[in-house]
Amino acid sequence: MQLVGFSWFLATLAVLVIGFREAIFLVPTDAAQGDLGRTFYYHVPTAMLSLLFPYINFAASLAYLYWRRRDPLKALTADALAVTSAEVAVVYASICLITGSIWGRGTWGIWWTWDPRLTSMLLLWLLYVAYLITRRLSATGQTSTIAAVLSIFAAVDVPIVYMSIRWWRTQHPAPVFGGGPDSGMAKSMLPAFYWNLAAFAMWGIFIMFFRFVLERRRQIAEQDAALSVLEASLELTQ
Amino acid sequence: MSYLQHVLDHLRKDLRLEWRSRDSVNGMLFFALLVVVVFSLAFDPTAAESRRIAGGILWVAILFATITALNQSWTREQRNHVLDAQRMAPSPASALFLGKALANMLFVLVVEAVLAPLFIIFYNLHALGNVWLLLLVMPLGTWALVCNGTFFAALGLRTRNRELMLPLVLLPISLPALLAMIQAATGILTAELDPIQVKLWVQLLAGYDIIFTVVCLLLFDTVLSAE
Repeated sequence: MQLVGFSWFLATLAVLVIGFREAIFLVPTDAAQGDLGRTFYYHVPTAMLSLLFPYINFAASLAYLYWRRRDPLKALTADALAVTSAEVAVVYASICLITGSIWGRGTWGIWWTWDPRLTSMLLLWLLYVAYLITRRLSATGQTSTIAAVLSIFAAVDVPIVYMSIRWWRTQHPAPVFGGGPDSGMAKSMLPAFYWNLAAFAMWGIFIMFFRFVLERRRQIAEQDAALSVLEASLELTQ
Repeated sequence: MSYLQHVLDHLRKDLRLEWRSRDSVNGMLFFALLVVVVFSLAFDPTAAESRRIAGGILWVAILFATITALNQSWTREQRNHVLDAQRMAPSPASALFLGKALANMLFVLVVEAVLAPLFIIFYNLHALGNVWLLLLVMPLGTWALVCNGTFFAALGLRTRNRELMLPLVLLPISLPALLAMIQAATGILTAELDPIQVKLWVQLLAGYDIIFTVVCLLLFDTVLSAE
């Protein structure tokens, strides 16, 4: 298992390097945006992936609530998956917001605007930071349930925000894929984009797996500690 | 007893508690008043400016005031382990939630009724749009804040840092509702927004209320017995 993890890590590094080389050195400079257009290869893959991890979090939270009474051990696994995906989602959303802000400053001349995509991404980030802080602040033994409930609220909230701000105003460029007849990107951009998408997906899976194993070990250590306390108390009464 | 009967019993209990102490209404009222005064002092707006910013300031004042009161509303139940007794009671948990949310809603509406004339005085407010629509927007917006707020205050009971928890969770979740309330209120005050758009915001607010009321009612049992 460790070998698989280690080789996955090496492969991820290799793909990250290839993606970096493609995006920074090989792709021709964008005609309209200049070198600033290269943020695209970091912004769009992280944005796509940061929308994926909340789904994992939501599914894991639902699974936790379902198994909470029926099968506590499975529920613990689901909870570990939930906290892991939330953390990775925060990391990816942060990268997406920062790169997007840099790009916006260069192209629009402003760091920030209240546009549907920007606002919903910021809200996603806020909600998952609130989720992680709630986990940190809540009393032991109840953390998982509270967090799962909060995750459901977050999942309900994000689509509403997206729709509400869509009615309000929009400035973000139309989606690159499936955004109308003119969407899609030039052939010369594709390799850099796909390499970076693959690299960030692999990296996300790697840190998620790493964190998941860590969280499982923490849970098992907690169970062992609880068990030994229980056994000690039984010995006293004899 | 029917579900409605349980809800009414909880509502009556909360109203009686509040009537005897008047803690949360007084606290909220004074807090909201202070926010209104401080903003008025800071910006000293002209009539045209105040129309544009009044919607935002009113809702921010109500939001902050609500947060201070909601934190208290469950602490009452914790004294003498009343909450544990509630959990063992045969009445459905969501009835307890609904009763408390309705009581909080009434308190906030009282605060708003007192605040509205003061607002007109301090901000020289002269609305240009259809003011009667505010009678629709205010309750819908208040329910959006109070319903989620009551729920998250109950969630906060299980955390170590209760006072911090509620705004931390409530603000991001109620962002779309806040946007709709402020847009609708400003649109009515300035009469710059198309009536169709005002209607759209009111619909959004109503949809938000329905969705989150259902989610809160479904999940309250889980939160109340979160061990």
